[in-house]
Amino acid sequence: MKRNAALAALLVGISVSTTAAFADTSITAAGSTALLPLVKDAAGAYQAANPSVKISVSGGGSGTGINQVAAKAIDIGDSDIVPPPTVTGLVDNKVAVIGFAVIVNPDLKVKNLTRKQIQDIFAGNVTNWNQVGGPDQKIVVINRTRGSGTRVVFEKTVIAPEKVTEGGLSEDATGTVISVVKQTPGAISYAAFSGTHGQPVVEVAIDGVAATEANVITGKYPFWSYEHMLTNGPATGEVKKFIDFVSSNTELLNKNSFIKISDMKTSETNR
Amino acid sequence: MISSIARRSHRTERIALTVIRMCAGFVILAMAAILLYLSVEGTKTFFVDHFSLLQFLFSPDYDLDDNHPGAAIFIVGTLLVTVFAIVVGGPFGIAVGVFLSEIAPKRMAQLLKPAIELLVGIPSVVYGWLGLTLLVPLIRDHTSSPSGFSLAGAGIVLAIMILPTVISLSEDSFNSLPPSLREGSLALGATRFQTIVRVLLPSASSGLAVALILGIARAVGETLAIQLVIGNATAFPKGIFGPTATLTTVIVGEMPSATQGSLQEHALFSMAFLLLIIAMVLILLVRFALRKRT
Repeated sequence: MKRNAALAALLVGISVSTTAAFADTSITAAGSTALLPLVKDAAGAYQAANPSVKISVSGGGSGTGINQVAAKAIDIGDSDIVPPPTVTGLVDNKVAVIGFAVIVNPDLKVKNLTRKQIQDIFAGNVTNWNQVGGPDQKIVVINRTRGSGTRVVFEKTVIAPEKVTEGGLSEDATGTVISVVKQTPGAISYAAFSGTHGQPVVEVAIDGVAATEANVITGKYPFWSYEHMLTNGPATGEVKKFIDFVSSNTELLNKNSFIKISDMKTSETNR
Repeated sequence: MISSIARRSHRTERIALTVIRMCAGFVILAMAAILLYLSVEGTKTFFVDHFSLLQFLFSPDYDLDDNHPGAAIFIVGTLLVTVFAIVVGGPFGIAVGVFLSEIAPKRMAQLLKPAIELLVGIPSVVYGWLGLTLLVPLIRDHTSSPSGFSLAGAGIVLAIMILPTVISLSEDSFNSLPPSLREGSLALGATRFQTIVRVLLPSASSGLAVALILGIARAVGETLAIQLVIGNATAFPKGIFGPTATLTTVIVGEMPSATQGSLQEHALFSMAFLLLIIAMVLILLVRFALRKRT
């Protein structure tokens, strides 16, 4: 009897798990490592509320997200930037606003840089921290790899009309950039608030404006962008529900240092 | 009765041969497909975007926003790390090969050999990770390199990675020498060292060449381990402790995000094609070295 019950339980278990496996809606999202923490958190919360939906989330960079969703390899392409005009058929779903910080190694004690100084550093015109009010220490510029949305936003909102020199080191994800800046004396780089807030790196103020959500909301701080969850054609069904969930969940947005689009007091097109 | 067995074995033989032929055919087909695909995609930089081969090979200007697909930095980067790896790892590997074949007690050689072969099985990302966590801070703290990401670091990691290949193959080539060579040399009064340097090394030279060439081939193609320690800077290295990039690291770094049909994608395919050509040249060199031996 006992054995039968166990057997029955086992069979039920199997049938439940197999029906679950077949009834699953599975959603795949990949791309921006700046948006990744939010999408990961949201996926966890969404799956907990909707057990029949399975969401797999990965990084790779904004360019990867755009490419893969354009090739229909994934359902949602996460990106810090609007897709280039050469990529067609994608629908842009803006889900949040993210601020980015210029970050430096904490031992430098540098807290503020002017936009001109940042441009000079990344263009390679300035190579020692003592030229911009820091200690006598060589500047180690760390870029993001080409294909990073964060890099595009940085070039567009902070560096333009100058150009980033290609000579610097480059790392391919938000997390890597932060750990390299943490360990390397004299290092400077840039990354999204979602990665930099609370880390042992210094988020420098740009022209005296601190890198905070409040300053992004008012538009005083220039280095920010919309986060996009791109779909191939209009989003439908669970994919649409999930995207709406991401953009409307104030608690998760705040926790990961994102800003709800409706909270913004300023707006930009083509960002 | 007999004829039915004969017929049956005849049939199994026919089936077996067909299967084997199909396998061989599939390999040839796959090779041809790769070659064709890469040569079509890899030449679009020249035939679709109309850049000259000379500009691709010799221009250090790699700026795709500005339409400059020069790959010279990456070609030089690949050459430099490879040379570094083979200069450091090559003689070392051959020395260990000599040790295993000629000097080590049999028991020790029997223990060491599988241990060295085990090194081949370690995934390259593990080598890269070790390089990143051990070598990069070491170079940062003890050299002029401010970040620790450098050509030298990548070269050292590569040198370690090619060791098993070089050791195994050079040991094999020493082992395949006839004992009469050693006996003759020793009988003439040569010391063991003289025997190794004057007799065995020259006799095994073509085998050693194969060991080194296959080591080079491994070094040229290695990607992940280098990417983690070389710094991925689009610039010629400023000295041995400066960061740079190689063909493989730029391909793996940019291919996922390169838009289909863009100049970037074409340029990366051209680099992949170039790597394939380098690999083929190396294989031809191996064949040449082996032919010389026989």
